[in-house]
Amino acid sequence: MNDTVTLEVFRYRPEEAEEPTFERFRVPARRQWMILDALNHVKDDLDGSLSFRWACRMGVCGSCGMTVNGKPVLTCATYLSDAASSRDPVRIEPLHGFPVVRDLIGDIRDFIAKLKRVKAWIVRDDEKPLSEGAYLQTPAELARYKQYSMCINCMLCYAACPIYPLEPEFIGPAAIALAQRYNLDSRDAGAEQRMDVLSRDDGIWSCTFVGECSVVCPKNVDPAGAIQRYKLQATADWFKSLLMPWRGR
Amino acid sequence: MSKSYRLYHPKWYRRRMPIFWWLRAWSYTRFITRELTSLAVGYGAVLLLVSIWAVTRSEETYEHFSDLVLSTPALVLHLLVLAALLLHTLTWLNLAPRAMALYVGGRRVPDALVLAAHYLAWAAVSVGVVWLLTRGTA
Repeated sequence: MNDTVTLEVFRYRPEEAEEPTFERFRVPARRQWMILDALNHVKDDLDGSLSFRWACRMGVCGSCGMTVNGKPVLTCATYLSDAASSRDPVRIEPLHGFPVVRDLIGDIRDFIAKLKRVKAWIVRDDEKPLSEGAYLQTPAELARYKQYSMCINCMLCYAACPIYPLEPEFIGPAAIALAQRYNLDSRDAGAEQRMDVLSRDDGIWSCTFVGECSVVCPKNVDPAGAIQRYKLQATADWFKSLLMPWRGR
Repeated sequence: MSKSYRLYHPKWYRRRMPIFWWLRAWSYTRFITRELTSLAVGYGAVLLLVSIWAVTRSEETYEHFSDLVLSTPALVLHLLVLAALLLHTLTWLNLAPRAMALYVGGRRVPDALVLAAHYLAWAAVSVGVVWLLTRGTA
């Protein structure tokens, strides 16, 4: 590996130009550096105007997702040395699928609104008083939803999904996986409300099971699997309501 | 919120999805190829319906239909259709464990078992169809 690595960074400064450009920066090729370290080096020492989002630097907050060499990754969990090659610069862009606000920052308000739509929280019919203590769960009950609860809202799955930019109304992988996470939680009673949202055209049925959302997920949540399970459940519910209309859904 | 307050809205840059987005990565190309095999599934279904129609219409019609499907171009086409159907079926069956999370006695049924059950069902139906088609011909 050379002493330096060239980064080719997407720049969008709406107050200066309508169209984005790519700017090259040479950074030291430190073996222990992640892409995020290289970007912070650029911001600290080369160009303070470079804008990007990050927080924890340890793959937990989900803030630093970007497109590196065409693939959506967490930049705090991707080694610079793995992304670098002797021929080409390391190309860093914002996550695909989201409108760009500035440089490497995408507007994620659409995702946040969708999380609200699917009620990504525990819905209760009635709350028990504090004096009765915590809502307990067995390890088996926890195991049913634990995989989906690992989602860190990094939105790499949205960036990998070709459907989302083509049909922006699509609720999308992470929001559906999180809806499934709460549906499978023994303390939750909101499955029916969520099904009303998710069984529409812009919900589970927009997914064509490309599967890339699960491939890029840094936490092995498998949102594609969650969506297909939801489809199966919705179909079973529909048949049940057809065969036994008196039972409701 | 007062009436004079205007919500901040950034000046977005929106990237267009290129028409050939599915050539960007092998996984996308593989996905589109699989979607295209649906045409073969549709063709297979129509061919089956036409063959049933030919059988029920008259012996002459059936012979004419047989001559047509046994011609060299038709055989080549149907070999390609068969390959597409196999690809479609195998990829469909292989995805089954991801869509089915079955629990028996509180324990998750292993993916391999779900997959094996699907393949067994496929084999059973195929044997049934072959039996239906060949009975009386021996």
